[in-house]
Amino acid sequence: MRFMLLFSRQGKLRLQKWFTSMSEREKKKIIRDMTTMVLARQPRSCNFMQWKDLKIVYKRYASLYFCLGVESQENELLALEIIHRYVELLDKYFGNVCELDIIFNFEKAYFILDEFLMGGEIQETSKQIVNRSIEASDMLQETLEEYMSKPAF
Amino acid sequence: MALKIVKGSIDRMFDKNLQDLVRGIRNHKEDEAKYISTCIDEIKQELKQDNIAVKANAVCKLTYLQMLGYDVSWAAFNIVEVMSSSKFTYKRIGYLAASQCFHENTDVIMLTTNQIRKDLSSPNQYDTGVALTGLSCFVTPDLARDLANDIMTLMSHTKPYIRKKAVLIMYKVFLKYPESLRPAFPRLKEKLEDPDPGVQSAAVNVICELARRNPKNYLSLAPLFFKLMTSSTNNWVLIKIIKLFGALTPLEPRLGKKLIEPLTNLIHSTSAMSLLYECVNTVIAGQYSCSVGRIKSHLLCVQKLRILIEDSDQNLKYLGLLAMSKILKTHPKSVQSHKDLILQCLDDKDESIRLRALDLLYGMVSKKNLMEIVKKLMIHVDKAEGTTYRDELLTKIIDICSQSNYQYITNFEWYISILVELTRLEGTRHGHLIASQMLDVAIRVKAIRVFAVAQMATLLDNAHLLTGNMQRNGICEVLYAAAWICGEFSEHLENPVQTLEAMLRPKVATLPGHIQAVYVQNAAKLFATILKNQEGNTDSTAAQETSQMMIDRLPLFVQSANLEVQERASCILQLVKYIQKLQQKDVEVAEEVSALFAGELNPVAPKAQKKVPVPEGLDLDAWINEPPSESESEDEQPKAIFTKEEPKHSRPRHTEVDEKELARRREARKQEQANNPFYIKASPSSQKVYQEAPGVEHIPVVQIDLSVPLKVPGLPMSDQYVKLEEERRQKERAEKKKKEKKKRKEKRSGRGKKHDSGPESEEDITPAHVVDIVTEEMPEVAQEDQNHLPSPYLCRVKICICMFCLCRPLADSEKLPVRSHRAAGAPKSPAEDGEAENATPQEPKKKSSKEKRDKKKDKERDRKVRLRCWKHLPPSGHKSDSRSTPSEGRTAARRQLRRCNLMTQCFTFLVFPFSRKVCDIQGNLQDGSQVVVSVIFENKSDSFLKSMEFNVLDSLNSKLQRPEGSGPHDGLTVPFQLPPGVSNEARFVFTVQSIVMPQKLKGTLTFIVKNEDSSTHEKLDFKLHFTCTSYLITTPCYSDAFAKLLESGDLKSSSVRLEGVNMPFHHLLARICFHHHFSVVERINSCASMYSRSIQGHHVCLLVKTTVSIDAKCDEPTLLGNVLDEIKQTFSQC
Repeated sequence: MRFMLLFSRQGKLRLQKWFTSMSEREKKKIIRDMTTMVLARQPRSCNFMQWKDLKIVYKRYASLYFCLGVESQENELLALEIIHRYVELLDKYFGNVCELDIIFNFEKAYFILDEFLMGGEIQETSKQIVNRSIEASDMLQETLEEYMSKPAF
Repeated sequence: MALKIVKGSIDRMFDKNLQDLVRGIRNHKEDEAKYISTCIDEIKQELKQDNIAVKANAVCKLTYLQMLGYDVSWAAFNIVEVMSSSKFTYKRIGYLAASQCFHENTDVIMLTTNQIRKDLSSPNQYDTGVALTGLSCFVTPDLARDLANDIMTLMSHTKPYIRKKAVLIMYKVFLKYPESLRPAFPRLKEKLEDPDPGVQSAAVNVICELARRNPKNYLSLAPLFFKLMTSSTNNWVLIKIIKLFGALTPLEPRLGKKLIEPLTNLIHSTSAMSLLYECVNTVIAGQYSCSVGRIKSHLLCVQKLRILIEDSDQNLKYLGLLAMSKILKTHPKSVQSHKDLILQCLDDKDESIRLRALDLLYGMVSKKNLMEIVKKLMIHVDKAEGTTYRDELLTKIIDICSQSNYQYITNFEWYISILVELTRLEGTRHGHLIASQMLDVAIRVKAIRVFAVAQMATLLDNAHLLTGNMQRNGICEVLYAAAWICGEFSEHLENPVQTLEAMLRPKVATLPGHIQAVYVQNAAKLFATILKNQEGNTDSTAAQETSQMMIDRLPLFVQSANLEVQERASCILQLVKYIQKLQQKDVEVAEEVSALFAGELNPVAPKAQKKVPVPEGLDLDAWINEPPSESESEDEQPKAIFTKEEPKHSRPRHTEVDEKELARRREARKQEQANNPFYIKASPSSQKVYQEAPGVEHIPVVQIDLSVPLKVPGLPMSDQYVKLEEERRQKERAEKKKKEKKKRKEKRSGRGKKHDSGPESEEDITPAHVVDIVTEEMPEVAQEDQNHLPSPYLCRVKICICMFCLCRPLADSEKLPVRSHRAAGAPKSPAEDGEAENATPQEPKKKSSKEKRDKKKDKERDRKVRLRCWKHLPPSGHKSDSRSTPSEGRTAARRQLRRCNLMTQCFTFLVFPFSRKVCDIQGNLQDGSQVVVSVIFENKSDSFLKSMEFNVLDSLNSKLQRPEGSGPHDGLTVPFQLPPGVSNEARFVFTVQSIVMPQKLKGTLTFIVKNEDSSTHEKLDFKLHFTCTSYLITTPCYSDAFAKLLESGDLKSSSVRLEGVNMPFHHLLARICFHHHFSVVERINSCASMYSRSIQGHHVCLLVKTTVSIDAKCDEPTLLGNVLDEIKQTFSQC
C-alpha cells in the first residue's frame, strides 16, 4: 500500500496517510488527482481504477470516500476488505461513526489506523486485538490527563 | 516554579484546543484563509511557551492544518520537542505530527535518533509502539542504519504487540539500509513460526514483499510456507502466501506442480472472493508447463472467471475481465469462446468495465469474426454519449482492424467503408488517425484503389457535411487523405472533372492550411490526368475548359495567408497558364504534364531511413543554427500529422516549471514586448474585459439538433458488406466442398484417408478479392531488420541476400540516370524511355567472379540512389510535407526509381531454418537435422518468368530433400510463375548432418523469360550461406538453470574480444540477441549472460562484458568457435 485518503463528497480531505515518504508537492498532486477521479465516478461503477502504475481502490461510506492506493500486483478485493475493516474499527471505537467524529477526533482516527496498518502492511488482522490495544493506550493517556488536570499547587 | 505551572494551566483555559479550531474553521467558511492565518499566529505564540501541554496542543492543531494543505515545516523543531516529552499523551501527538509532516529531507530528523532509541527501549510497551509506528513513516537511511540493531532486538521482545511492529518496520529498514537484511534474516525467519498469529502474519507480509523484489533468495522457505498455507485459516495471510508462491514458481517449476492441488482445492472451497481471485490469478500467471493438471486447473480458472464476469457485482465483473486479459496472452483460444460475454460487457454502464472489455476484444478477433465485432463496435460508437469513450472506441476499431498488418481483414472494401462511416463522428479528435489509415490502405493494397478513390471522391464532394465547424473539428483531417488519394490515383476516378471541381470550391479556403496545400497539389495531379484523358479526343475544347477552370479557381488559393498554399497555388497557376497557351497553339501537352507526377510511390518501412548510412563528416547532432533563445515566443508547432510521435525519442522536457520561473519568464517577455516596436500591445481596457468575462463554461452553447440522420449520401454502408461477405464465404465453402468431393472421388481408388471438412477454420477463409498487401519496401541492407516483426511460426534465423543483375547493360549503369525533366523541355516521353530500355538486349552475361563483384558495387550504388529517392517520398503517406520539394526533382527521382527496377532483376533469398520443434507442436520433437529455407522470388523485370527450377549442389553434409523417385541432381520445380513485379515465396527442406560448421551451397535457378514476342531460357547462380548462427534458436533460460549448466562442467570455453566496437552496451546485447539468436539470461551492471541452443540441442552460453569481450561456453567447441567468428564479423561490419 502506498497511501490512504479519506475525503468528503465535496472533495474536502479528512485524513491522509502516506506509507512511503513523499514530498508535499507530490502529495498534493495525488490528493488532487484522487479527489477529482473518484468523485467523477458514476454510481454503480466498480470500485477500482488504474492510475499511473498504481491501482486505486475506493469505497464510499455515507458521505465519506475511503481511497487506497496500492501497488499493481496487489489484490484489489483485499484492499476493499482493508477499507471495510478500517471502517468497522472506526465504527466500533466511536459507536456508529459519522464524518464529524473523524473531523473532530482526527488524531484518534490516525491512532486507530496506526494500530491496524503499519508501513503499508497489515499489522493486525484481528479486530479484537486492535481494539484492545487502542483502549489500552487510551487508558494510559486518560490517566495521564487526569494527573495533569490535578491542581499542581 | 509553582507559579509558572499555575500560569500555564490558566493560559490553557483560554487556548483553543483542536475541537475549537475545527469548529472555528467550519464557522468561517467565507474567510477561511484569513481565519487560519490568525490561528497560525496564535499557534506560533503557543509554541514559544514553556508548557509542554500548550506546545502539544499547538502541534496537534498544526497537524490538522497540515492536512488541510498548509505548510507547517517551520514547526519541525517543536514537533521534535513534543516527541521527546516523557508523557505518553504528548509523545503520541508528537509522533503523529512527525509521521505526517516529516519526510526524508527534513533536517531535524537527525536530532531524533537518540530520542527514538530511548523510546524503543522504554519499559512502557506503548511508548515503544508509538515510536515504531512513527518511525515507519519517516525512516531515513541514516535512521535505519543507526537503529537497525535496536529494532532487531525488539523482534524478540516479550510482548507480541512490540514483536509484530518490529517485524513490520524491519521491511522499511531493509529498504533504506539493505545491509541489515542479512543479519536480521534468521530472526525474521523464526518469526514465521511465532506463537502469536499477529506476529506470524506480519512476518509473512514482510517476506512476501521481499520475495516480490528478489524471489530467488526465498526459494528455501518454500516448504515452510507450504506448511503455513495448508494449515492457515486466515484468508488475509493465505492471500499473501499465495502471492509469494506466485513469485517463486517461475524459478522452481516443480513448485508449480505441487501447488496445483491446494490451489484448486481453495478455488473450490473458499467463499472469500478475494482469496478465490488470488488463487485464480496465481494459476493463470504460472501457465507455462503443459501438464494435464495444469490444463484442468486452467479450465477451472476460466470457468470461475466466467462466473465472476457474469456476476452482478461490478467489482467482480471488472476483475474477471482483467484476469481474462492475462489469459488472453497465453491462451487466446480459451478466451475466445467467451466472446458473447465480453461483447455483453461493452453495454455495461461502467466505463472502466467497457474499457477492459475493449482491451480483450483486441486479442479476440479473427478473420471470421472481425466484421461482426466491428459491426457491434460501430453500434456502440453511435450510442456512446461521452466523446472520450467514443474516441477510445474509434481508436480501438482502427487498432483491431489494422493489427499485424491488416491480418484479419478479408475485405478491404468493407474496411474502407468503415473508415468512411467513422468520418461521420462529430467532434472526434482522431481525424488524423482515420486519415492515415485511409492513406495506408490505399497505398498498400493495390486492388482496393479503384474503390477507395470512388469513396474518397464522394467524400470530397460532400465535404461540407464533414466540416461543420472547420477549425475545431479534427475530422477534416480526413479530407487531407481523400484529396491525396484522389490525386495520386486519379487514373481510377470515374468523373475526374467533377472531383476537380469539388476540390477547387471556394469553401475549401476555410480548411486548415496544410489540407488546402494538399488540395492544391492534388488538383494539379487531377488536372494532369484529365488532360491525358481528353487529349485523345478530337475536340480540344473540353481540355481547354478544364484549364480555364483551374485558372479561374486557383487565384483564391494564391491569396491564401498560408505560405505553403500560396506558394503551391501560384506555382501551379503559372504552369496551367503556360499549358493553356500551348493548348491554344494545339500542342499536345498531356504527356508532359502527367510526367510531372509519373511513377509509383512505394511505401517505405519506417526503419528504412535509419539504414541509410550517414555520410562522412556529417554530424547530425550538431546545431545548424543555434537554438532560439528561451524568451522567443513559442509558436505552436504545426502538428505533424501522419507521423506518430514516439514518446520514446522525445527527450523528457521539464514541463513542470515552478511558479517563480514562470513569473520570471512572463516578466522577461513583457519587457521584450515593451521594447519591441512591432508588438502591438493589447489595450488595457480589453484585457480587463477579458479578465472579467465569466469562464468559458458560461458561454451558452447552442446544440444544433439534426433531425435528419447524418449520412453521407451515395456512400455504401459497411453493414451490407457483412452480409455480402457471409454469402461469399458460404459460396466458397460450397465450392470447396464440391471440389473436395471430386477429389475424394478421385482419391477413393488410391488412399482412403481423407480429412473431413468440418467447421470452417481460420485458413479456409480466403480474401474476397486478391489483395496483395504491398509490404513496405526496405533497402536491401535493411532487409534483416524485418526480423523485428515477430513471425508467428517461423524461427527466422538468417537472411542471406544474394543479388544478381541479369540484363543490365554495363554502360548504362555506369552513368546514373540523373536527367532532370522540365515540362517544356525536350519532348521525350517516359514511355519512349522505357521502350528504349526494353530494347537493350536482355542476354545474361556470363559471370566471371570479377564481374560479379563489379555488379555488386553497381548494385550498391543503385541502392543508394534509390534510398535517396525514398527520402523524398513519403513513406506510406508519412510526412507528406516533403511534397514541397520542387516537382522536377521529384520527377527525376521517380524516374530513377523506375529505371532501377527496370534495369535490374533482383532475386532476394531469404533463408530460415526451423526445426519442427518450433512450429509444429505435435510433430516429432527430435528432428534436429532439418532446415527449411524460405526463398522469396521477386521479379523485378518487365517480363514474365515461368518454369522456374531450383537446384542445389548437395554436399556430404547438407542435402536438398527431393521428392521420392528423383535423382540426386534433379532440380525442384518452383510451384508458381512470376508475372512482372510480383514476388512469391517457396520453401525448400534441407537435411543437415552436422551443424558445427558453416557452409555454403552452390545452386542454380533456371527459368524461362517470356516477353511479348520471344522467350529465352535463363540461368542464375547463387550461393546459400548456412551460417552456424542460423542453427541457433532463441531459447529463454532462467538464471538458476543457467548456473547449473555452467557448473556441470561439460562445456568447453573460449573467448573473443571485439575490437573497435563503440556502442551502448544494451545495443550490443540487442545486436547479439537479434543477429545471433541469443536471449539475455541476466544482466548485472557491466556484464550480461546470454544463452542460446542449437537445433541439435547444443547449449551455447555467453558472458558479455562492457569491455566488449565475450567469454563463451558450449558443449561443442567447433560450433562455438564458428559462432564467435560470426559474432565478431557482425560487429566488424558495423
